[in-house]
Amino acid sequence: MNDSFNGAYVLDARGVQVRYGSFLALKEVSLRVKRHKITALIGPSGCGKSTLLRCFNRMNDLIPSAVVEGDIYFNDQQINSSTIDPTEIRSRIGMVFQKPNPFPKSIRDNVAFGLKINGFTGRIDDAVEGSLRRAALWEEVKDRLDKSALELSGGQQQRLCIARALAVEPEVILMDEPASALDPIATLAIEELIREVVSDVTIIIVTHNMQQAARVSHETAFLMVDDNRSGYLVEHGETNRIFTDPKDERTEAYITGRFS
Amino acid sequence: MKAAQQFRPRLAERKLVGNVFYVLFFAAILIGVVGLLILLARILYEGLPSFGAALFFNYPSRHPEEAGLRAAIMGTIWLMGLTALFTVPVGIGAAIYLEEYAPRNRLTTFIEINISNLAGVPSIVYGLLGLALFVQWLALGRSVLAGALTMSLLILPIVILTSREAIKAVPLTYREAAYALGATQWQVIRGVVVPTAFPGVLTGVILGLSRAVGETAPVIAISALVYLRFVPGSPLDRFTVLPIQIFNWVARPQEEFRSLAAAGIIVLLIVLLSMNALAIYLRNRYQAKSIE
Repeated sequence: MNDSFNGAYVLDARGVQVRYGSFLALKEVSLRVKRHKITALIGPSGCGKSTLLRCFNRMNDLIPSAVVEGDIYFNDQQINSSTIDPTEIRSRIGMVFQKPNPFPKSIRDNVAFGLKINGFTGRIDDAVEGSLRRAALWEEVKDRLDKSALELSGGQQQRLCIARALAVEPEVILMDEPASALDPIATLAIEELIREVVSDVTIIIVTHNMQQAARVSHETAFLMVDDNRSGYLVEHGETNRIFTDPKDERTEAYITGRFS
Repeated sequence: MKAAQQFRPRLAERKLVGNVFYVLFFAAILIGVVGLLILLARILYEGLPSFGAALFFNYPSRHPEEAGLRAAIMGTIWLMGLTALFTVPVGIGAAIYLEEYAPRNRLTTFIEINISNLAGVPSIVYGLLGLALFVQWLALGRSVLAGALTMSLLILPIVILTSREAIKAVPLTYREAAYALGATQWQVIRGVVVPTAFPGVLTGVILGLSRAVGETAPVIAISALVYLRFVPGSPLDRFTVLPIQIFNWVARPQEEFRSLAAAGIIVLLIVLLSMNALAIYLRNRYQAKSIE
């Protein structure tokens, strides 16, 4: 059992390391993620922030050469174990990707997909509408639910992907640079949406945009990359504190733009 | 002015070289197109007098004015239908296994290379294999079923290869999105991979079938050069197909049968070209969709 959970933390990574073959991509990361908060993972390219994110829903299982070591507690369950079915974990920890990736299906079928595969027994149309409303997309698409999702703009597609993730009613949504392929206006819409939905779900967001981390997140974790190209966690804390009073000089150097 | 001394632009010469190659390459395509046009014109000129309703409704006959393609057309339809029935599930299944399930090891690589090799095996070899395996060993006789099974073996490598390409072209991001929603491997394949790859798979099936329609050698081995005055009523009946009937007519001395053969070729070309057109249409629609 795990003593740290008084309901305040939803995920707790302890000594997590990721290897791709002989290459150590991420070393010794320990990070607690607060429930119903937005946690941002920031850091330079190649620091392993996406790799860390993909540990939480076992997406690294899909890469044959990847090995994830260490313990990851989801509530009080250690999920980084071959005895835990990643399929079940992924229906409780959703994901939104860097590039909007709706299926080449209708808008309705995109949202309904997760419901159907997880054996949803309620009324699918109601659940689709509810998810699209939560993703602030309903008004724009309610008259064309049967049109292809690929006809939507990039920002709409990404909100559809968020609706698709929300439909399965996950406890956590992992977001891997969800706005990096979008224009500034669509980016703001996504950020607003993230702040809305965090009342019911916990969000972990990877971003290379420090302003974005400062704008949306409650907590920030800063990762760096060492001379062997291995990523590691430098500092983690309240976003305000990280940006105004970083404890580590490397964090300060990064957020003030002295290196990228 | 030093730079000007070190360069000799010779612009006119360089452009001339370009034009020469333009003309050469244009001539190259002309040879192919003109050859095809002459062939078509000759066949139309010879065949059109015999091209009429009788051609489609009459059985073959010793009297050219009464002879028709009915048995061959129905035989071709039977052969195509049964071949599609066997090829579609087996071809797509094999492609899905190789792309989605097969471990990346030497055995898989060996199988993959051999499927590519099989696509290049001469069709008469498949005909003899079918004769030994289906006609004699499985005792199916010289039936349309034996013919369809042989044709299936012949076109399976094509269907598997094109289906694999279509499955491989399904973006990783679609698969990741489905997995991230808690889909099992089969749900990802059934719900995302196969529907996305389907138009490409269908294109491969149609191209494979159009190859089967035009093949003569395996059918000669299975069915021999028969003179049939009936349409197959069951998969175990004897059959003939368009290329064989055409071959039969070409071999006769009378001028009238030559015209019939040309008319038969027109029918065969219409079938083949419309199947290829359908494949191109499906592929274009597929590409237009994935670009959006």
